[in-house]
Amino acid sequence: MKLTELIKLIDGVVLTKGVNLNCEVLGGCGADLMSDVLAYSQPDAVLLTGLCTMQVVRTAMMADVAAIIFVRDKQPNDDIVQLANREKIPLISTVHGMFEVCGRLHCAGLQSLEHAYDEG
Amino acid sequence: MRKDRVITDGAANLISRVEELAYELTIGEVMSRNVKTIAPGTKMGDVMETFRHARISGAPVVSNGDLIGIVSLEDLIRALRESNIQAPVGEYMTRQVMTVKAASPLIEALKVFDQRHIGRLPVVDENNKLAGIITKGDITSGVMRSLQYDYQEEEVRKYRARHLFEDIISDRTSLTLRYKVKHGEFALGGNASSHIKKALLRLGASPQIARRCGIAIYEAEMNLIIHATRGGNIRIEIEPNQILMETLDDGPGIADIALAMTPGYSTAPDSIRELGFGAGMGLKNIHRCVDDMYLDSTPGRGTRLEMRINMQSQEQLGDTTHKS
Repeated sequence: MKLTELIKLIDGVVLTKGVNLNCEVLGGCGADLMSDVLAYSQPDAVLLTGLCTMQVVRTAMMADVAAIIFVRDKQPNDDIVQLANREKIPLISTVHGMFEVCGRLHCAGLQSLEHAYDEG
Repeated sequence: MRKDRVITDGAANLISRVEELAYELTIGEVMSRNVKTIAPGTKMGDVMETFRHARISGAPVVSNGDLIGIVSLEDLIRALRESNIQAPVGEYMTRQVMTVKAASPLIEALKVFDQRHIGRLPVVDENNKLAGIITKGDITSGVMRSLQYDYQEEEVRKYRARHLFEDIISDRTSLTLRYKVKHGEFALGGNASSHIKKALLRLGASPQIARRCGIAIYEAEMNLIIHATRGGNIRIEIEPNQILMETLDDGPGIADIALAMTPGYSTAPDSIRELGFGAGMGLKNIHRCVDDMYLDSTPGRGTRLEMRINMQSQEQLGDTTHKS
């Protein structure tokens, strides 16, 4: 689904400036541990997270995340927003909790872009 | 979309770049600053002359820098029809003027043009004073100028880097990048990795190779920041058919390598876990991303991690076969 549509579904507030919101999001991934994002998420997913640090943006850059949604109204500081602006990764904040946001998006048809754990 | 029209990758790229520009460019960067304005007391007859000389079809009415109205050709025609050409402009101008801010992205102006049937939009600055005027034509020329500049810049840069391995003749060419990493420097965590990933993409690596490399070196970089008590070094050797990565430190070392490779096992302190790391997935992630991995460590002396990614013939950098 389009990111603009997704933002409406979760009552999102856009935090970045001058970053294109017209991209297509192929799926979602929810995680607070950045190593988990690197291990399991697939490219062009929207990342839902409660972790609000610089590392989230860096991880998103490495993992080709389409956009970051901070749940529970977490607000990143200016440095984080500026990095996201420079790297053109949309940052969105929502008051809803992780479970609620995952639920809404999943019900709206957004698939999981996180592959399951395997022993290999 | 018509079935007989195929949008090429190049065209699709251009279309999304235009969309991006609509968000990146500000109205201030695209508008005309040279605005013909009308003073409040002007008679409609003089407004007509101004329009004629300047060859415009509308103008803002400004008093002390403040926008108080806008007068257009339609208003002029009404005045003429009512044989009232000596009336002051205040009688015919529109007082409720739609404006946009100079600092807003271009997309805001596009939205207004889309929703309303107007030819021009006055642009105001942060103090609500008139800063310029924007028309649909300005938007088109602004975007075209940016695209052209972008295109030239990017072509020059891409050409220089992408053909590096083709242009230099040797028995074996490799490009080595080195980075120093400081212990505990979380603010810069991922900095070296993002430079490396960008360098690879510049050199023509596929997104998949750049991603695998990026993830592996990012985990390795974070390990240095978290565990290497005296910091460490990253070295990456890029060749057309392989990428060799190495991290080296003289920190505490790893007592049990097999244990360290177990998913979920981590020696990271709580302060690290609060930052979202220390999940114990780092080495496992690296192992998953690279083709060969070699971890050598002596407790008390330090750790050396070597990783290699091989590239198949289509993925090779500086491939002389034409890539469209």
